[in-house]
Amino acid sequence: MATNNEKAKGVLVDLTRCIGCRGCQVACKSWNDRKTDKTALEGNFTNPKELNSDTFTRISFIEQDKADQPVWSFIKNQCMHCADPACLSACPVGAFSKTEQGAVVYNFGRCIGCRYCMVACPFNIPKYEWESTNPWIRKCTFCADRLADDKVPACVKVCPTNVMFFGPLEDVKKEAEKRLKENPGKYVNHIYGKEEGGGTSWMYLSAIPFDQLGFDTTIPAFKLPNLTWGMLSEIPVKVGALVVGLGLIAAFRNRGSSEESSESTHGEEK
Amino acid sequence: MAANSTSTTLPAPSTGFWTVVALTLVGAAAAIYRFAVGLGASTNLTDNVPWGLWVAVDVLSGVALAAGGFSITAAVYIFNMKKYKSIARPAILTAWIGYTVVVMGLVIDIGKPLAFWHPLVMWNYRSVMFEVVVCITLYSSVLALEFAPAFLERFKLTGLQKFLKLFTFPLVIAGIVLSFLHQSSLGGFFLIMPHKVPTLWWTTNLPYMFYISAIALGLAMVSFESIVSAWVFKREQETDIIRGLGRGVLITLCIYLAFKIGDLAWRGALPQVFSSGKASLFFSLEMLIGVIVPIALYAMRSIRESVNGLFLAACCVMVGTVMNRFNVNFFAQAGPHTSYFPSLWEILVTIGLVSLMIVLYRLAVTYLPVFHEPGKSH
Repeated sequence: MATNNEKAKGVLVDLTRCIGCRGCQVACKSWNDRKTDKTALEGNFTNPKELNSDTFTRISFIEQDKADQPVWSFIKNQCMHCADPACLSACPVGAFSKTEQGAVVYNFGRCIGCRYCMVACPFNIPKYEWESTNPWIRKCTFCADRLADDKVPACVKVCPTNVMFFGPLEDVKKEAEKRLKENPGKYVNHIYGKEEGGGTSWMYLSAIPFDQLGFDTTIPAFKLPNLTWGMLSEIPVKVGALVVGLGLIAAFRNRGSSEESSESTHGEEK
Repeated sequence: MAANSTSTTLPAPSTGFWTVVALTLVGAAAAIYRFAVGLGASTNLTDNVPWGLWVAVDVLSGVALAAGGFSITAAVYIFNMKKYKSIARPAILTAWIGYTVVVMGLVIDIGKPLAFWHPLVMWNYRSVMFEVVVCITLYSSVLALEFAPAFLERFKLTGLQKFLKLFTFPLVIAGIVLSFLHQSSLGGFFLIMPHKVPTLWWTTNLPYMFYISAIALGLAMVSFESIVSAWVFKREQETDIIRGLGRGVLITLCIYLAFKIGDLAWRGALPQVFSSGKASLFFSLEMLIGVIVPIALYAMRSIRESVNGLFLAACCVMVGTVMNRFNVNFFAQAGPHTSYFPSLWEILVTIGLVSLMIVLYRLAVTYLPVFHEPGKSH
């Protein structure tokens, strides 16, 4: 589970560098062989409106007014590839796994389609092939196949403005801290993804507060599966206590009655 | 007294019953449609609301409604409250049918119905869902064995019945333990999303909340069923028993209410009962209908002593607890763009599953010795 290995990779997304060209969106579709959606103009440049089973990454366009000046923000969204993924712990059949490089990947052969991963994910990333009768869960794979082959993810490769800094996870964290330190006032003082949900392989720097850009800033800074494991790990103790407790109560309450059922048909004993 | 009602001849099925049969068939047709076209075309589920009516009602509420099974066996065999023995078999039957139907609901809800058996061989011990599936599977088997005496009695397999009797006690304990585990784990599903579930519901005690409310609901369900059976089958009301059950529901609800208030206060979340907008509204409704109104009703002597009053109180608990399961499930997923109302097909399947429970119950009580005292016949 832990990815404190040297092969673990990460990506730093520096949102101040993004120009909203959506090259990453196209490269992602192309590498993952995803079909395109039919889209419509809806007064918003974000397209498609949300991630879906055919769109593993997309740029969200947010327009704000700062000192009477319109300000565009372009935000790349995709799976964050948690250190201890909620989806992985939630899945009853172990359909998710984490590769050596830290990519969270999905195994259709195991999946039963319960969709607990979708509900459990703190970032609401896994999407479903609703229209299929044999549906997959779909999400960004961190281009796990490319990583295994010592290549960079398709979106990183194609980005013309070097928005994404890709490298060993530890280097990525250092780079984020370095950029924060060397550019005082440029960014909000937060590396999104460093702590969220116990840490993720993908991290963000931004000039605008994250909560204004659609990031959920209420995600606790610890590994979320600890919450469910806290309950599950107590099962042996609880079972033992219950069996002993129930046995004792039963022995006490049934004392003196020899045959527990036969002579009691009148239901008058209390 | 129940022990005196030896007659097992029941009135012939009425038009009401045939309506229920028809609804079951309609539900079956809707389920076939869902299998044929997939979830997208048959439901209103989306990427924003992946868990809808079927999870909230057929699974979360269905399992809780069947909690009467373990509650009554605990009362009879662990706490030695013998007067409830006459309803142990109907309660076990309800639970068994309930779980069977829950499993059917699950198979309809999952995206890959043919892969339903995967959790039994592909284990993820860190998954609450895995634990629930294992517990439900084991508990269904326990219920089958607990109900087996009815079949054995019917077919006069006395030897086997005596043999099975040796295991009564271990089975009862296994049933209680398994029920504790999965009833609480249904609440445990939502532990992993503390920032998504509104503060009014999210607490590390959520599993215990689900467990305690399941006991109240299970007991209310057993009394509901006892009252309705007496009406439908023109039997005498088991007033002593339903009053006792009412007392049980009252005590459980008081514990639940105290726990709920204590937990909210401990977390400093009491003000949010009134300040969380839509969540506050739904939370208040669920607490009023499912907890506070029934406590008030059960506390009134005139209600406690009337069958109609007890029936009304039981209905409140059932509606309120189902609302609770719906609220937790829905608010856990409710984002800014979220809206969900079940499709016709979802509603038809759910109605069909409830109807199927009634049909199976009716068949069982017609052809098997369910209502008379076990052991009385020999």
